[in-house]
Amino acid sequence: MARRALSGWGRTNPTVAEVVDVLRSEVAATVKEAGDRGALVRGLGRSYGDAAQNGGGLVLRLQGSASDAVLDAAAGLVTVGAGASLDDLMRVIVPRGWFVPVTPGTRFVTIGGAIASDIHGKNHHVDGSFANHVEQLTLQLADGSVATVSPTNDAELFWATFGGMGLTGIVLSATIRLLRIETSRMSVDTQRVADLDALFATMSEGDEAHRYSVAWIDLAAKGRQLGRSALTRGDHARFDELPLRLQADPLAYGPRQLLSVPPLVPRPGVLNHATVAAFNEFWFRKTPRSRVGEIQEIGAYFHPLDMVGDWNRLYGRPGLVQYQCVVPFGQEDVMRRIIEQLSAAGVASFLAVLKRFGAANPAPLSFPQPGWTLALDMPAGGQGLGTLLHRLDTMVLDAGGRNYFAKDAHTTPETVRRGYPRLAEWQAVRRRVDPLQGWQSDLGRRLLLAAD
Amino acid sequence: MQNAFGQPQTITVLGGTSEIGVAIARALVSPVTRTIVLACRDVDRGEEMAASLRDGTVTVDVVHFDAADTGTHAAVVESIAAKHGDLDVVVLAFGQLGDADALAADPEAAAALTHVNMTGGVSASIAVANRLRRQGHGSLVVLSSVAGERVRKANFVYGATKAGLDGFAQGLGDHLDGSGARVLVVRPGFVHSKMTTGMKAAPFATTPEAVAAVTVRALRSGRRLVWAPGILRWVFMVLRHLPGPVWRRLPLG
Repeated sequence: MARRALSGWGRTNPTVAEVVDVLRSEVAATVKEAGDRGALVRGLGRSYGDAAQNGGGLVLRLQGSASDAVLDAAAGLVTVGAGASLDDLMRVIVPRGWFVPVTPGTRFVTIGGAIASDIHGKNHHVDGSFANHVEQLTLQLADGSVATVSPTNDAELFWATFGGMGLTGIVLSATIRLLRIETSRMSVDTQRVADLDALFATMSEGDEAHRYSVAWIDLAAKGRQLGRSALTRGDHARFDELPLRLQADPLAYGPRQLLSVPPLVPRPGVLNHATVAAFNEFWFRKTPRSRVGEIQEIGAYFHPLDMVGDWNRLYGRPGLVQYQCVVPFGQEDVMRRIIEQLSAAGVASFLAVLKRFGAANPAPLSFPQPGWTLALDMPAGGQGLGTLLHRLDTMVLDAGGRNYFAKDAHTTPETVRRGYPRLAEWQAVRRRVDPLQGWQSDLGRRLLLAAD
Repeated sequence: MQNAFGQPQTITVLGGTSEIGVAIARALVSPVTRTIVLACRDVDRGEEMAASLRDGTVTVDVVHFDAADTGTHAAVVESIAAKHGDLDVVVLAFGQLGDADALAADPEAAAALTHVNMTGGVSASIAVANRLRRQGHGSLVVLSSVAGERVRKANFVYGATKAGLDGFAQGLGDHLDGSGARVLVVRPGFVHSKMTTGMKAAPFATTPEAVAAVTVRALRSGRRLVWAPGILRWVFMVLRHLPGPVWRRLPLG
């Protein structure tokens, strides 16, 4: 056990906690050591803000790998320890012809983290979020017991754990429904889209024909070019779609990191308006006007940033913040004004993505709801950025939308109460399973999640 | 818990009637601010200051705090945290200026002023530091003075208390390294305020608002020591090395 400073992926606002690496079998005994600042489990630290921090308290890092995962090929189910990452799991299941039901833009999230944030991917419009594919969980509860919960066994606690940000208990293992795949490749259609209206129209029409769809938006573009983007839609490639040389080993899978950003990046970072605008211009021009059926590897399609280790260091000492919101369908005007404001503010974002969400699930704090979701990274040191994001929050809430806890590093308890009207329902579950507030986090304290 | 932009939710001013302290609190207010606590000896005067800060969603709480009563400091700090949650930014703003001529001649008065400024400052800082260490985060801002660099003869008793507090606060900041808690020492020059009304302004005189702006920037960038205005750092770098006979002759107010 050691006192260590922890921050999120954005490297903003670190706090110091007692940090201890634990095996699944050691969780119950370790949690008993927690004092009045409570305990929290931390995965791979990919949440951008303070979700996986617990200043002054205890932070458990649950160790795990997919080597003890149990694959039930007949049922298409895998049972895996919550400390394993999607990367670990994919290396085991992809060569056997299975894929994870949902993957975010990085493989380096744990199963536990995927559940706590109820993560979504490019297939939300078809498949929903992570919770939609979990059969059951084992959960370390605050009273020292271990519960097995599912949609039919303590459904309230099961659903409260998705999006519950680790504040209902520590997920020890999960049984997940997998997706059958013929190959480890993707068949990808790419097209340039000239502006925002065209993007809304194209995505509304064509998304349903593909399992995966996402648009990268050039936020540096203004005026008539506002919202110009590169839309990529894909599906798992069938065996007969592979070129002959790949058919020899259709399920080959071994993504690698190409390079890693060293710890010594100049203090202000290297991502600023000029470099980002240049990159965006290059990226847009590099995108083919239209290309159909390109065969790509899973890593290249889903996790391009994972090829660069520690890329968050590029933002230098001030770190980065990510903003992600969803506004309901029919509120495209609001999304347009949000993009206009970000573009006008000269926000240096080279990672703005837009996608369509499908139906929500029963989890009271799950982020996705039907509508448009925008996500972007920005250097945290930007002048007036805090004020801008608060203004955007108001626009999002007025439109009936909300923000994503896993990305949040700036908002207020009031915002959360407007965006998540079922918070009280979640708090009732928490009061039942954790009346003494054994689970705590900086995010929970900042947004007063357990209060009321 | 402050957010990624260094915007605090709770702001506490020890010496809540201090114009500079309140100016810093005002400059730190953002849409995420929930509470400002003004801890002061003169609660009525504190309420007047509080009225100027109350706006929209921010709760302003005035609590009794006596810098001279060191036995109460830990309890005051804990009760503020118990009521309002983690302390994000605490500004140690109290301090008496006194009458320089009287202080130079009256042992009782000099001891009393030293007790408030130095002993009270040390005690309150340690009470705050203990809380911040337990939280694993938080900032203590200590209002020092340019006297932290070299004490002027014109007001040497007051200056010495600030120099002592300055050294203590820097040491405390170093001691807290790795705890998540931080200390920022602010060294203002002559500040136009009620404390200095009627006094002759020294060169590079500034205002509470300007000191507050400098302080907020320094907090956001994680500095440990800041001068207000910044040029005084260079001025005093020269002054501190002047030979005594020259230093004593300088007309520094």
